[in-house]
Amino acid sequence: MLSQLLDITVITGILASMIRLATPYIYAAIGETFGQKSGVLNLGVDGVMLISAFTSYYIVLQTGNLFLAMLVTIIIGAIMGLLMALISVTLHAEQGISGIGIFLFGLGLSDLLFQKLVGTAKPITGFQDIAIPVLSKIPILGEVLFKHSLLVYGAYILIPIAWFVLNKTTFGLNIRAVGENPAAADSLGVNVALVRYKTLIIGGILSAIAGASLSIALLNVFQQNLTNGLGFIAVALVYFGAWRPFYVLLGSLIFSFVNALQVWIQVLGIPIPSDIAVMMPYVLTLLVLVISAGKTRAPTALTKPYERNE
Amino acid sequence: MNKKFIDSLFNAFLPIIAVLLALLIGAVILLLIGANPIQAYGALINGAFGNKHALANTIVKATPLLLVGLGIAIAFRSGVINIGGEGQMILGALSATIFGLAFPNGPAIIIVPLALIMGFIGGAFWGGIPGYLKAKFNVNEILSTIMMNAIAVQLMNFLLRGVLIDKNQMGAALIPQTPRLNRAYDLPRLVPTRLHLGAAIAIGLAILVYILLWRTSLGYRIRAVGLNAFASRYAGISIDRTFILSMMLSGAFCGLAGAIQIYGLNHRMVTDGTAVGFTGSAGFNGIVAALFGQLHPIGIIPSSFFFGALLVGAGKLQRVSQVPAALITTLNGLIVIFVVSSEIWRKRRARKRAIEQAVVKKASPDIIENEAR
Repeated sequence: MLSQLLDITVITGILASMIRLATPYIYAAIGETFGQKSGVLNLGVDGVMLISAFTSYYIVLQTGNLFLAMLVTIIIGAIMGLLMALISVTLHAEQGISGIGIFLFGLGLSDLLFQKLVGTAKPITGFQDIAIPVLSKIPILGEVLFKHSLLVYGAYILIPIAWFVLNKTTFGLNIRAVGENPAAADSLGVNVALVRYKTLIIGGILSAIAGASLSIALLNVFQQNLTNGLGFIAVALVYFGAWRPFYVLLGSLIFSFVNALQVWIQVLGIPIPSDIAVMMPYVLTLLVLVISAGKTRAPTALTKPYERNE
Repeated sequence: MNKKFIDSLFNAFLPIIAVLLALLIGAVILLLIGANPIQAYGALINGAFGNKHALANTIVKATPLLLVGLGIAIAFRSGVINIGGEGQMILGALSATIFGLAFPNGPAIIIVPLALIMGFIGGAFWGGIPGYLKAKFNVNEILSTIMMNAIAVQLMNFLLRGVLIDKNQMGAALIPQTPRLNRAYDLPRLVPTRLHLGAAIAIGLAILVYILLWRTSLGYRIRAVGLNAFASRYAGISIDRTFILSMMLSGAFCGLAGAIQIYGLNHRMVTDGTAVGFTGSAGFNGIVAALFGQLHPIGIIPSSFFFGALLVGAGKLQRVSQVPAALITTLNGLIVIFVVSSEIWRKRRARKRAIEQAVVKKASPDIIENEAR
């Protein structure tokens, strides 16, 4: 039975699924990395994802216009990021709990609108796979890496960009300064609140794209609680990745590999109870959190609102 | 008038303003989806309080919210954010159900209390794991409790589809559910409605949690660590032990909520594959109830009653106005956001008071800062 997993087409399938399934995790976790680097823990990712997943799905269902769907997704993400910034930066609200508030809001609103405007799930035609010329013809590798939709490619292009912005630009330096020592950054003339507003808006937009990637690129459908906690796992992946984009990518790939494996195990009918198989990625995440917790250090000002002592 | 009195009045009004704001935004959402807000909210109130059965249902819905809310309050008071109520409820329910099935013909007066204690222990176990991971490995409890929720759901599905499944079912496809517990084990009904003893247990426990938090040394330690972990360490309090204990207690109350849900209401455990199918999101809504009750055990009693009413009213709302019950989840989210955002005004007032008093006493600035916290 297990030998089936070693078949070349199965391995190719699992690896291609891994690359595809990692997409929403990458967008959401990279967005979260920006926020956390600047000292804000945004736990509302899942809620933002649900709202944008529904909205983009609904727009494509009504108009078929993928460009419009992405435009609205980005606007929604920016608004939700602004909202989180208002709550956690300006109003100094406890970040863990306000994130849960945004999650519940998104969970309820997306479900409400779905039931009222759509009712029963209808499949849509989302982003199509684009085979990259020449490269997609490489055996195995071509299938695994170069036959995906635009949003999947986008996620992998985002990683080096995020790394560059965080490590090689003044903006990135300011983000890190504000996350490590906001008082010192403030005394050097960095506007702490403004930097955090910017990172949270970036995070909101990327979370929204993560949600859209689920509903109009990977699954091409919407249902109640479509994300099923994916946004929370993305937050865990930021801890796993120690706030570094390439390690976050690695975490996303490991997580989606286990997920893809789990799906294929069920497809092939290998006798591992499906409930236990579904459980594995979560157990893995928990273990990874335990292992990484001792070795890495979070941004010093994470979850602490900044207030000038005047 | 007494300034302290004005302050406490101000603090009590903040959450009420938060709810009114949420309801106002809810009204806008209702208008946008083409429903009449006045009619909709009317249906909601009618559905929650319209007759004695509606009222009984409201209290029945409020019971798990109160129990979970008490657990959440204990954890939050010690500075630990427990998002794992859903999973802890499931583990409590599983433990209590397995116990009741293992002793199918015992005397109810002994079996039922023991089963509820098993639920308490099951929840404590599931809550204790993230507490331990936080204390020993500094694992963020928000993330670990969320993972524990997902694991609990699959564990429940695995057990209910496997060893615990009721084999005496009609039909070809077996529903993933346990056999019904002995009818003798049903918690007694209080009046001829669905209202069961669980509500009374929950209210009794709210008073006990109040005593625990404000009249015992464990409660003092829990609150001290929550207010200032650093200072508590200097005072000789073990932070690690307090984290683990408060998470165990927190999980225990959530577990008990699950156990009471089985013995008072469902009498067997059924799964539809999701956590919500069993908990009805009480593990999350209990957080909302706890925050709204200002993390005070007695405050959580009316608060959970209010949220129970919202949930029961939502059913009527759906039938009368065709507004999906998901509206309530949306409102709950908004209430959480507004309640935590309004904290800043409470803190500012507290600081202002402290400074005023300090000026009178000519106290040093450090004391001002400390009193403000």
